[in-house]
Amino acid sequence: MTFVKYGSILLITFVLFAGIAIPLSPSPQNWLQFPVIPGLEEKARNILYHVPIAWTTVVAFLVSTFYGFRYLKTRNIDYDIKSVSSAGLGFMFCFLATVTGALWAKFNWGSFWNWDPRETSIFVLLLIYGAYFALRSALETEEKRATLSAVYSMIAGITVPFFIFVMPRIMSGLHPGAKGDAEGSGPVVQMKMSPNMLVLFLLGLLGFTLLYVWLLNLRVRIARIEYERSIHHD
Amino acid sequence: MSQFSSTYALIRKDVHSELRTRYALNALLMFVVTAVATILFALRSDQPTSSVLSGLYWVVVFFTAMSGLSRTFVSEEERGTTMTLQLIASPSTVYFAKLLFNTALTFSMTIAVTILYMTVFSNSFVIKTFSIFAGTVILGSLGFAAASTIIAAIVAKANTRGTLYPVLSFPILIVLLMTVMGATTKALDGEEFATALPDFQILIGYFLAMTGGSYLLFEYVWKD
Repeated sequence: MTFVKYGSILLITFVLFAGIAIPLSPSPQNWLQFPVIPGLEEKARNILYHVPIAWTTVVAFLVSTFYGFRYLKTRNIDYDIKSVSSAGLGFMFCFLATVTGALWAKFNWGSFWNWDPRETSIFVLLLIYGAYFALRSALETEEKRATLSAVYSMIAGITVPFFIFVMPRIMSGLHPGAKGDAEGSGPVVQMKMSPNMLVLFLLGLLGFTLLYVWLLNLRVRIARIEYERSIHHD
Repeated sequence: MSQFSSTYALIRKDVHSELRTRYALNALLMFVVTAVATILFALRSDQPTSSVLSGLYWVVVFFTAMSGLSRTFVSEEERGTTMTLQLIASPSTVYFAKLLFNTALTFSMTIAVTILYMTVFSNSFVIKTFSIFAGTVILGSLGFAAASTIIAAIVAKANTRGTLYPVLSFPILIVLLMTVMGATTKALDGEEFATALPDFQILIGYFLAMTGGSYLLFEYVWKD
């Protein structure tokens, strides 16, 4: 965990400062210059934060569903603790991805919200997290809460492929990879970044993922203590 | 008893207990009438476009379904018959019986909404491509019932059933709602049948994925 802790702090700090400090240049000469992307310009820097955060949201959701599945198989309450801790973090990252995305959309596409397929997907993910916690608060016993919320997150997981693979192809959108994109539509967007931006982007991905792992570890440990305490008090 | 005959027996039981009180049918029908009347008040003499009408069509279907479809499981909990069902039938039998019952309920609801819309919007709600409309309503009802049946089973175990049901169902149903709204617009605009094929593929995929997933997960919800 020490590696994860300091790694995430170092990487995110580095990406944050480098991503803002490196100047743009119409014809980059060396590693300390970003190319000017027509239409994006200075706003392109947001890709170093927005995309890694959105990525972490999806990772957190998948981890939460995975531990929900493990809970159903083993009935070990510790898996439910992991599942709900990951869902809470996913909700936070989902909110951050929505806010960073909406701000970027305002300055690049003109309005905060356009119902582009990916905006729709993140909205649905927010709703799923909201519904997941609403369901948990409506269930009294620990076992019921764990079982039903695990089932719900897996049912919600069934709809995820439709958003990732189907929706972007049939709906026209503004994000890269949507229908009508000159670069071709598909779930995986081709990386056409300049090498120095790509390195920062990948470091950002790693940094935010490590931050998620660290926070998950903290939350799971807190939740375990609270669970133990609630047992002894009853 | 074989799987089929016990499923059939459970559906018959549900139909009988429904016909005895007509609770769900009356409530759903009144809900449809109320919702359509509200829409008429809001629109007054405006002539809505086909995309607005198809959107409003599925809004009515969605909220009507949300007010009634959870009955299938909630009524078992309220009457205390869940234990009996658990004893006499396997989880998959219960699931498929409830799924078919809900499909029939959703389908009859869409027919009621269609008839009502064709009467009150006689100028603008004209189904020009019937094949698209029929396919959308049938596949849409199947997908609708598949998603709302498993959510109803979950909600029946919770405390705040009424408010929780639409909250849990909406994120799951968004894919379906977006697709059926698009396909209904195509039917109202009189487009060729082939233009709706991608929509039908999504609807079939959604129904199969939802039913398969629910079939595998239902046991965990059903058995306490």
